[in-house]
Amino acid sequence: MVKKGSVPVLEVEKLTVSYETERGVYQAVRDISFSVKSHESFGLVGESGSGKSTVALAIVRYLASNGKVTGGNVRFHGTDVYSLPISKLRSFWGSKIGMVYQNPQAALNPTITIGKQLAEMGKTHLGMSDREARQKACEILEMVAMPDPESVIDRYPYQLSGGMLQRCVIAMALITKPELLIMDEPTTGLDVTTQAVILDLIADLQKKFDSAILYITHNLAVVANICDRIGVMYAGNLMEQGTTQQVVAGSKHPYTFKLLECVPRFEHGRKKQLLSVIPGSIPRLDEIPRGCVFAPRCILAERTCSIERPPLIEIGQNHYTSCRLWKRVHELKAVKPEAIADRALEDIPFLKVTGVKKYYPARVKGEGIFGKRKRKYIKSVDGVTLWVNKGRTLGIVGESGSGKTTLARVISGLAGATSGDIELDGEKLGKTIPERKQTQLRKIQMVFQNPETSLNPYHTIAETVGRPITLMGKSNKREIRDRVISLLNAVKLSSHYYSRLPGELSGGEKQRVAIARAFASVPGLIILDEPLSSLDVSVQGSLLNLLIELQLQSATSYIFISHDLAVVQHISDWVVVMYLGHIVEWGDAVKVLKPPFHPYTEALLSAIPVIDSKGVRTRIRLEGSVPSALDIPSGCRFNTRCPRKPGEICRVEEPPWQEGKDDHWIRCHIPMDKLDKLQQPAMDKT
Amino acid sequence: MNGSSDEKSANEDIQVLQDQPKKLTIYWKRLKRQPFAVGGGIIFLFFLLMAIIGPLIVPYNYQAQDIANRLKPPSLAHFYGTDQYGRDVFSRIIVGSRGIFLLGGSGTLLAVIIGATLGLLSGYYGGLSDEVLMRLFDVLLSIPPILLALVLLVTIGPSKPGLILVVALLYLPIEARVMRSMVLSLKMKEFVEAAKIRGEKKLYIWFREILPNTLGSMLVEGSMRFSYAIFLVASLGFLGLGVQPPSPDWGLQINEARGWFSIAPWLLIFPAGTISLLIIAANLMTDGLRHVFYPIGGEI
Repeated sequence: MVKKGSVPVLEVEKLTVSYETERGVYQAVRDISFSVKSHESFGLVGESGSGKSTVALAIVRYLASNGKVTGGNVRFHGTDVYSLPISKLRSFWGSKIGMVYQNPQAALNPTITIGKQLAEMGKTHLGMSDREARQKACEILEMVAMPDPESVIDRYPYQLSGGMLQRCVIAMALITKPELLIMDEPTTGLDVTTQAVILDLIADLQKKFDSAILYITHNLAVVANICDRIGVMYAGNLMEQGTTQQVVAGSKHPYTFKLLECVPRFEHGRKKQLLSVIPGSIPRLDEIPRGCVFAPRCILAERTCSIERPPLIEIGQNHYTSCRLWKRVHELKAVKPEAIADRALEDIPFLKVTGVKKYYPARVKGEGIFGKRKRKYIKSVDGVTLWVNKGRTLGIVGESGSGKTTLARVISGLAGATSGDIELDGEKLGKTIPERKQTQLRKIQMVFQNPETSLNPYHTIAETVGRPITLMGKSNKREIRDRVISLLNAVKLSSHYYSRLPGELSGGEKQRVAIARAFASVPGLIILDEPLSSLDVSVQGSLLNLLIELQLQSATSYIFISHDLAVVQHISDWVVVMYLGHIVEWGDAVKVLKPPFHPYTEALLSAIPVIDSKGVRTRIRLEGSVPSALDIPSGCRFNTRCPRKPGEICRVEEPPWQEGKDDHWIRCHIPMDKLDKLQQPAMDKT
Repeated sequence: MNGSSDEKSANEDIQVLQDQPKKLTIYWKRLKRQPFAVGGGIIFLFFLLMAIIGPLIVPYNYQAQDIANRLKPPSLAHFYGTDQYGRDVFSRIIVGSRGIFLLGGSGTLLAVIIGATLGLLSGYYGGLSDEVLMRLFDVLLSIPPILLALVLLVTIGPSKPGLILVVALLYLPIEARVMRSMVLSLKMKEFVEAAKIRGEKKLYIWFREILPNTLGSMLVEGSMRFSYAIFLVASLGFLGLGVQPPSPDWGLQINEARGWFSIAPWLLIFPAGTISLLIIAANLMTDGLRHVFYPIGGEI
């Protein structure tokens, strides 16, 4: 076996890629150099627009028709990829370079069985016979830890879950034992628990296969956990490169340094505080600064920084940075975010939800035309009771399929509850929007996950934000205009945006407008359904700060829905953990995320990749995905996946609510103090 | 907020208008890269202009008979020659364009308006009525259009309003379907949900939230349908079910010219050529519009 990291498999040298667009030619990637050696995993990290995916496409010569390599070269085992004829290239793709993309659903052909698609690879690239190829497909599925590969092989993609599909795609990439495996955001579309399983798999495969891995993602924590070396990209330039240890623990570039600070972390015993953020926003392709691309947002920047673009300089063994002031990066540590004074509020429940259920009727397969119809229901939300205090935030956490979004829709009236009561500010609310009064509607607003579809592309920002004000009965144009501008200022947007259309805004700006719109009607409660999930880390941080500030000023209550526990803990006063339409745990935000907790919460926590994990964390992995809400397991709903299941009782009996210290409730058969004992030692190590 | 800051922000708005590439500029840029579409558009607009002012500027009255000059080949006096009654073919074609635009145009317009409305309601509400309506349209679409038009016109008798109604009925299902499919995805969009949550009335949601997002597609769809309608009206005229003689309808002219083809081919060639030219021009323009609104490569 060759020693780790001795021979470079892939060398990228001074790569520059340009895109030709309607508005001109733009360089998406400038002067990128890095190499990936055999047995090594190299992580390329960057926010959207950093050019990381363009690099991946340029490596395999698969750029869009308007993209062109205008400088530098890509060498694979010493041969220039761009000097090869296309026919030769085809044998490269697939056999020597494997690729795994973000969306496994799109990577697999839905009309062909998994086995056939895998066998195809063996037949074309390795010249195997049908039988050999099938045999190989089976073996490789076993290697990616696919449960029951013999049966999976004859299934179609739609019959498998997202995590299983991604495993198939990885298997497909590995079947030819490629020398280089390129993974472009392979876990981004998956649930946290599934992501954890796939990441474990990748780390494990690294040991089994000789392939060099180029791992591309926006998630620093993921890269820090599975890569040997890291390259950080920003606006098309490489900012820093080095071993994981060097970059994460001893970052010598202001961008990397600030980016690491932006990520909310778990803090035991927390006071509400603002996150440290990077001011400004990622430059658009047509306005890349002349000097250092990060200079306009950098606190350290001097005059020279914005005049001349700094080269990548070696500052330690294999540690490169493109900052000329790298010696001063440690000074950034001194700039601490201020803790904010929490407003004293009386704890009055503003929203009360009692025993709410939302069932959707389902058509069940296999019913005869004349057979007696057995009505089945998808029980998305199955008896939820919770309340939100005035001016406080309730965080709702859970995987996809836990019913958290349905609950939000029920509260907002978009979906009428099947049963149960919703009470707002002491008044009972109608189930659906037409049953509610205009004055009640005004009090509940929503901010959605996808900023791209939250705003009507044909309405100007002024119309979007001004409309709720008009609906409140204000008709004085000047008054509305002033209010819109002050709302825009409140979400830190200048009045420049007043007459723009959403198409001219970035994702983060659109989300700010959506927040301004929600605040326009002076609501008492804003439901935020994964409002930060589709945004970049640095944008997330500033929006989190904005939401906290706005809440302090206006005493608006929030329901904050997210799958990201760290973000939820950061913004929330109370946290509710949902699983399959039930609440399994609720309590004070700090207490819920400290032992004793529900085994499900424990698994969620353990699944989250953490940047600076000191020592060993407990590894609790959940197999499979959330069961269908059509066939809810009997007894405790979590019993089919629970790693701490004490025994038969879980399958038979619904677990009772147990009260812990200071308003902390868990729904589990295992007694609280026993849970505490089980979980405590593991947590101490972190 | 005081007056001066108000003024300042107004100035800033103007600034924004100046340095942001506006949608129209982008459309215009794209249009300039479509020479065929521009050419088609110019020809189309020329015909439209002729339909409006043609009767005022033609050299001869389209009905004026001149037996002495019958069946004359094209010349400087009669650009496209004369027909069996000595009528000027050029003048008849120019005047005839009004009928084509009027019948085809109002038929299509009616189809778009009714179809879009039905599609919008059907898509928005869904359920049983949607199902029934769509199956009804399936039935209409399954009958060959010219056959359906013939049956209807024979039943109600050929007349201008009849023709318009037939064109409308024939193209209405397609417009409704296009609209419905767009509404199906638009009604799930978050901006529509946000409008519902703040308590907007249905009319506002339909016309202010959903409709603007469909206009581009409906414009492209409508102009394509219009080029079909021109052909349909001409075909019906040819079959004698359109406008009746002595109208200068193009289809009718072709039909009348059939018997004279061996001795006066210009009677057939010019009206037929004009129909082809207009339809090709309309198709080129439609194609261009599609590229302007929905460029293949996306917007960057």
